[in-house]
Amino acid sequence: MSKLTLGPVQFHWSAAQRRDFYARMADESPISCAYLGEVVCSKRLPWFENDLTLTAERLQRAGKQVVFSTPALIATDREVSMIASICQGTELIEVNDFACISLLDGKEFVSGPLVNVFNEGTLDALIGMGAVRINTPIELSASAIATLASKSSVEIEVFAFGRQPLAISQRCYHARASDLHKDNCQFVCGEDVDGMVVAQLNGRPILTINGTQTLSYGHVTLLRELTELQASGVTHFRLSPHALDMVEIATVYRAVLDGTFDAEEGLAKLRESAAPIPFINGYLHGRAGMEWLTNPAA
Amino acid sequence: MTRYLELVCPAGNPAALRVAVDAGADSVYCGFRDCTNARNYPGLNFDRHELRAGITYAHARGCRVFVAVNTFPRAGKIESWHRAIDDAAACGADAVIVADLGLLDYAMRQHPKLRRHLSVQAAAASALSIRFYMEKFEVSRVVLPRVLAVHEVSNLIGQTGVEAEVFGFGSLGTMVEGRCFLSSYMTGRSPSSDGVCAPAECVSYREEAGGLLSCLGEVMINCFGSDEPAAYPTPCKGRFLVRGHPRYIFEEPTGLNVIPLLSALKASGVTALKIEGRQRGRNYVATVVTAFRGILDALAEGREPTGTPDVLRTVAEGQRETFGAYAKGWR
Repeated sequence: MSKLTLGPVQFHWSAAQRRDFYARMADESPISCAYLGEVVCSKRLPWFENDLTLTAERLQRAGKQVVFSTPALIATDREVSMIASICQGTELIEVNDFACISLLDGKEFVSGPLVNVFNEGTLDALIGMGAVRINTPIELSASAIATLASKSSVEIEVFAFGRQPLAISQRCYHARASDLHKDNCQFVCGEDVDGMVVAQLNGRPILTINGTQTLSYGHVTLLRELTELQASGVTHFRLSPHALDMVEIATVYRAVLDGTFDAEEGLAKLRESAAPIPFINGYLHGRAGMEWLTNPAA
Repeated sequence: MTRYLELVCPAGNPAALRVAVDAGADSVYCGFRDCTNARNYPGLNFDRHELRAGITYAHARGCRVFVAVNTFPRAGKIESWHRAIDDAAACGADAVIVADLGLLDYAMRQHPKLRRHLSVQAAAASALSIRFYMEKFEVSRVVLPRVLAVHEVSNLIGQTGVEAEVFGFGSLGTMVEGRCFLSSYMTGRSPSSDGVCAPAECVSYREEAGGLLSCLGEVMINCFGSDEPAAYPTPCKGRFLVRGHPRYIFEEPTGLNVIPLLSALKASGVTALKIEGRQRGRNYVATVVTAFRGILDALAEGREPTGTPDVLRTVAEGQRETFGAYAKGWR
């Protein structure tokens, strides 16, 4: 039976908000694994890194696996030494920049959703370097995921709920939107716990900005697709944290995986939790990522 | 004459290749007519016969040819990409430009003597990253992302000893390349798998009371007043509402031009200067390559360029220029 994972918090949440969030996820949610750490901007890490050990212990006591996530870009020397020290620990590491693999000294790792594993050649190369679980890129269709899963000797994870990370940059758009420079950003990204909405000139929302990261506006919601993905060999489904009732969302996903809820009931529940943000699932069906296909089989 | 910087020029098709070679390119880069390269636009690129002929033409004039196989192979369809590498080698290419980890691995094992250049699509922007690709896949050269300041280029080369190629002129993406899904989010087609960003068949323009709308798929990317030049609706150059105000949240529609920075790049240890634009026409190639040939030759003789030739301004994207990230403050 496939497992649920809790992705790293993508946004700049305060240390207190993180502590409350993980305490509740540890005690009440049916997730099997939690990814901790900062994946977007290394400047945020000092705000909560002192809590990481305690948070990890708390989750482990609740029976959850803990993986430490690393940034999508490791650029400066300061970042290299910071990530190198995280990699020295005993926890499993999630790699979101291939270069991170050289800091692992041959240790096993999880390949994260922010690196490109589009095909079996890359999959095999990563397994050869020590990957024990591989996240598929958000852009992949169900058939591409099935192809990879069928050729994989390791676990396969799919991003199944939340705003999809679409791009990463060296430039900070949160700072730019506030006419600030990245080096003196005043952490304005912390003002938007679920990201800053970017709308088209006609007023319709289209994207979300999270510092150097750009995400979808809608939440990818793969409830109808869970059974088929599970059957094709996907072992883990990732729920990405938002300022929503994540316990409720995890409970719905678990119930649909277990067959105690059907997907339609699950979607109705999620609509209450996530409204008014729309659902999307286009990539999984080989379409534009922002689309929501209500009857994909038709 | 000592070469100042190797001038690497775009060859979108066989005619552009000859134009670039004749205008003084030291090297040209091109791709096959399919989704194995990152400029998979209609009417562009080479079949196997054309590539062989192009390589013969270039080699006879002392110009090298690099073949870009720089998209990410699709699951279950990897053979097309393997064939592209095999055929580039068989045609006598001087190097392949590759981004995908699995494909680098394949090229290294199957064609160990064929030089591997790391594509900008792999976005190796740190010493850690460059060393990773040098050590694991024995890449000979790295095309550096367009997101680095000059002093960072210098540090990277100093720390790694890498043979570096940098972008000097042309379009400028603001996202980490190879990992940007904005185009496929809006259209279903992406640079990573399809080799296209904002494909023309998804682009539309519409006159409305407020001005000229430009759309990508169903998404409104910009609206131009009568006093503004209309730019192509690339998602990262769009104008959007942020906190209620319209702005170019990612980047203005500008083109990159580093002419005033060439001597600083040379001093940084850069080996090669790349001109972007395989999707542009022969006129663009002739104009830009001729201009850069003249400037690099002047620099080699110790003469600093006096500025950007006016002719380059007429072909720049949006008719506007930027130093991009090379200048501090871009981030």
